[in-house]
Amino acid sequence: MSLDKNGIAKRIAQELKDGYYVNLGIGIPTLVANYIPEGIEVILQSENGLLGIGPFPAQDDVDPDLINAGKQTVTAIPGASFFDSASSFGMIRGGHIDLTVLGAFEVTEKGDIASWKVPGKLIKGMGGAMDLVAAAKNIIVAMQHTDKEGNSKLLKECTLPLTGVNCVKRIVTNLAVIDVVEGGFKLIERAPGVSVEEIQKATEGNLIVEGEVPEMKI
Amino acid sequence: MNKVVKDAYEAIKGIESGMTVMFGGFGLCGIPENCLKVLAESSIDQLTCISNNAGIDNFGLGVLLRKHQMKKMIASYVGENKEFERQFLTGELEVDLIPQGTLAERIRAGGAGIPAFFVPAGYGTEVQGDKEVRIFNGKPHIMELGLTADFAIVKAKYGDTMGNLIYNKTANNFNQPIATAGRITIAEVEELVPFGELDPNHIHTPGVYVQRIFQGTNYEKRIEFETIRS
Repeated sequence: MSLDKNGIAKRIAQELKDGYYVNLGIGIPTLVANYIPEGIEVILQSENGLLGIGPFPAQDDVDPDLINAGKQTVTAIPGASFFDSASSFGMIRGGHIDLTVLGAFEVTEKGDIASWKVPGKLIKGMGGAMDLVAAAKNIIVAMQHTDKEGNSKLLKECTLPLTGVNCVKRIVTNLAVIDVVEGGFKLIERAPGVSVEEIQKATEGNLIVEGEVPEMKI
Repeated sequence: MNKVVKDAYEAIKGIESGMTVMFGGFGLCGIPENCLKVLAESSIDQLTCISNNAGIDNFGLGVLLRKHQMKKMIASYVGENKEFERQFLTGELEVDLIPQGTLAERIRAGGAGIPAFFVPAGYGTEVQGDKEVRIFNGKPHIMELGLTADFAIVKAKYGDTMGNLIYNKTANNFNQPIATAGRITIAEVEELVPFGELDPNHIHTPGVYVQRIFQGTNYEKRIEFETIRS
């Protein structure tokens, strides 16, 4: 059946490789940290100037000078490093982060992404999202396949203001794993128990289905 | 040379209505609380404020906002401030939302004498506007300009009497680049020590960038989202 947020996070965690430096956006992406596979080590980067985000602190260890990009209190792992924001984004823009995971409102078959603004309703600012999508060498988008009314969020063109263009490579939704390729969305895996037809119906952009599409193994 | 001033009141002397002021901090982490407080008590207004965020409704930059002392805000994310959203949507406040990395680099470049540079962030979005676009390595980049301010106000954990600064953990954030980009830089610190006491290997901001420094007091160090492990 359709995955929940944790299911999406679990599947994305399968993309992690030992030694990866990873940036996780707010929302579903932060859950990926809970599913890092046994035996591999990844180091989490926080755009506000920390390499080596640790678990949330115990009550006694809460430190107002130690927060993540979502402004939650965190800890730092042994071996962490602190640095300023210009250096942090140099790390990101310079392509030094191995994997970036972030959420989206809409993604297109050309790899455009809209994730920061809903005109008239949500104009909080883009934060680091545009920097991350423009420069990251490996981006995975974690999102729901459709909105609350059942409308597809995998589109031909974004209706909302863009965060970036031609930048998304892989999308993991509650229904599927999809890669953005020449010609559109290529269906790579189905969520357990979800049919190709269901995914087709939920995808407004061009969906490319080749051969037998396997189920996610989670 | 004496860079030490008594307190925030003395530190902000010379800040006038209509000026451009940069404030260090990320959310409420590392914000110059003392200077923000005395600015909010003053009659200085029409400020152009540059900071990553706009504080929360009743603390940090949010107070300057609520008292209508801001003409314009340049920031990357203002989500935690409802008053901000309101003033923005009604047009009372001019806003420039800039990608966080671009903002940090514009400030760093401003302090480092780089008038313009090219970045990929924002290409193809409303951030591009009518900025110059050039292709580098087969990828489009937009031209962004260095950013400086009349006054830069930063907060550090340690500082010495000649303005050398050391920041603490993630309370560094925008403080380090901002310290370089003010015509006049004010530093408030948790612990002011004599010149010569700080380890040269550990200094984040060499004192050349700082014109005024003072021992801060009564830091609240509020936390926006206290999150503990279950």
